[in-house]
Amino acid sequence: MDLAQIVQYCLAGITAGSVYAIVAIGFNIIYNTTGIINFAQGEFLIVGAMTAISLSGIMPLPAAILLAVAVTTLLGGIIERVFIRPARDASVLRLVVITIGVSIVIREAMLHVWDEKVRSLPYFSGTSLSTVTLLGAHISVQVLWVLGVSAVIVAGLTLFFRYTLTGRAMRACADDRMAASLCGVNVPRMVTLSFMLSAAIGALAGCVISPLTQTQYDMGAPLAIKGFTVAILGGLGNSMAAVAAGLLLGLLEALMVSQFQVAYKEAVSIVVLLLVLVFRPSGLFTRKELGTLRAA
Amino acid sequence: MRFARYLPVIAAAALVVLLQVALSAADATYYMTQLTMSTYYVLVVIGLCLLMGYAGQVSLGHAGFFAIGGYTSAVLTTCNLVAWRDTAVIGGCRSLGLVVERQDLYGHTILCFSAWPAFFAAMLAAGLIAVLIGLPVIRLKGHYLAMATLGFGLIIYRIVLGAKWFGQADGISNVPPFPLFAGLQVNGRPAFRVENYYIAWTVVLAAMVLAINLVHSRVGRALRSIHQDEEAAHSLGVNTYRYKVCTFVFSALLAAAGGVLLTHYNGSIGPSEATVLKSVRYVAIVAVGGMGNLWGVLLMGMLLNFLSLRGVFGTYDDAVFGGILIGIMLFAPQGLLRAPAWRRVLHWLPGRRHG
Repeated sequence: MDLAQIVQYCLAGITAGSVYAIVAIGFNIIYNTTGIINFAQGEFLIVGAMTAISLSGIMPLPAAILLAVAVTTLLGGIIERVFIRPARDASVLRLVVITIGVSIVIREAMLHVWDEKVRSLPYFSGTSLSTVTLLGAHISVQVLWVLGVSAVIVAGLTLFFRYTLTGRAMRACADDRMAASLCGVNVPRMVTLSFMLSAAIGALAGCVISPLTQTQYDMGAPLAIKGFTVAILGGLGNSMAAVAAGLLLGLLEALMVSQFQVAYKEAVSIVVLLLVLVFRPSGLFTRKELGTLRAA
Repeated sequence: MRFARYLPVIAAAALVVLLQVALSAADATYYMTQLTMSTYYVLVVIGLCLLMGYAGQVSLGHAGFFAIGGYTSAVLTTCNLVAWRDTAVIGGCRSLGLVVERQDLYGHTILCFSAWPAFFAAMLAAGLIAVLIGLPVIRLKGHYLAMATLGFGLIIYRIVLGAKWFGQADGISNVPPFPLFAGLQVNGRPAFRVENYYIAWTVVLAAMVLAINLVHSRVGRALRSIHQDEEAAHSLGVNTYRYKVCTFVFSALLAAAGGVLLTHYNGSIGPSEATVLKSVRYVAIVAVGGMGNLWGVLLMGMLLNFLSLRGVFGTYDDAVFGGILIGIMLFAPQGLLRAPAWRRVLHWLPGRRHG
């Protein structure tokens, strides 16, 4: 492999990896406030992208994306209100099974609304042919959009959680729900908000990646499992580590694709997932003892 | 007391016979095809019921084990060994009856493994994979276990969809019937309908007896103690890990057996049997039946699979199972048969006040 090829594969990996990181952060936001894993996380990306694709026929692209994100955010809130809140005293497993059911209902609903056709959003700028050249490698402009939007999402969330009152309240819930509610934080509202927030970033990620990977109604589950792999790899609940882990998994996948059949690409992340779960379930970047996370 | 345990089995067998007589009398034997297919699917949920309801471990990968069973048997009974006809190994297998000659659809003679060795190979494959996956994965809890088994299921799906050996998207067709013994065979053709209805029910009721015995044995008590409080069970000297792994493997074997039998019954298997949606469907059935309620799971498994195979749910098939999962978990986590609404009704029936 020459340098140009290596750069090409690396950038493909980083692009995919940054999307996985966004999915993982979505998992983390909900996990932090509720302690559950939302299996419908992958569906948020597809709902967002599909809505934007439909809307882009009748309005300019930025407006379509904005509206799609709003719709998905609303959907996230509704899911929490209708399915999660009534059962909030239930065991973690019961809640997880509910989110599995929700993900399937959303997927089937999408099948009925948008059929099984593969669709995609138009390129945000230029066409599928416009590229920039970096170290001899030709890179689609959309790749830059993906990387840019991902960076903005991560930076925005970091600022939100660090400096705004709502963000801090959500972090307080993550640390200790009881203590947070004693301090006057409206915990149920924070839970709803966390679903809306992770739906919103999911929808946005789904939109920016759509021109590159295209969108089909059943692509949510593989995305969710990759996002979960990344979340576990970085340590569940740790969003900055998720970014690093996402890039790592993306690069690993790109490396595998360069050597093996594309059909087995998904196997890579699942093998990584199983290995991490077995050997280091607290993630690569933490030193905490394994026991606490396993007991979740 | 011991006899009372098997009373439901006898009652179920009577119902099975009654249903057959009624269907034959009404000249509606075509229903039996879907009933037989549902019965093989029920084999999977019986195993999953032991795993989820008694050992308290969730698996989102049981369609994977079903597919491992079905595909292994399908590959072995359809592969053509004519090229190796004269080698010593194949010659030896032929004289032992492990390899047989038969005609394919176009009248060519092909040489392939007979059904019994293929069945045992399938069970061996499923068992080995279940041990290999179960040993590390069963240590995990809650959503970690759910994700890990989901990942396993996805890998199996990818493999059967991607590998030439497994026919990719087309799956494997022309799988021959499974001659059991004394002229009985697992065969999906209309002429064998009644016979196969009883074969399937015999297998499932045998599995039920096995499961009931297991539940009422030391193993079953250990499993329930794990489900209620794993640490307490552990401190009382129950080797929780071993029991959980064994249950996992046992349930995987039941799923694989269902896969083998249904594949021979249908004469084909395709990648749709290995999807995550199928795994979720099994979980949904166990949830509706009431987790640790073997008879409830059997009843719901028959009912829902039958309705689904008859096409009652139309294009909303998968959505129905997703919806069932949500509804049950939200409103009746004890299963449909023990839903709070029912209990209120039962409360007014005489003699059930303390039930």
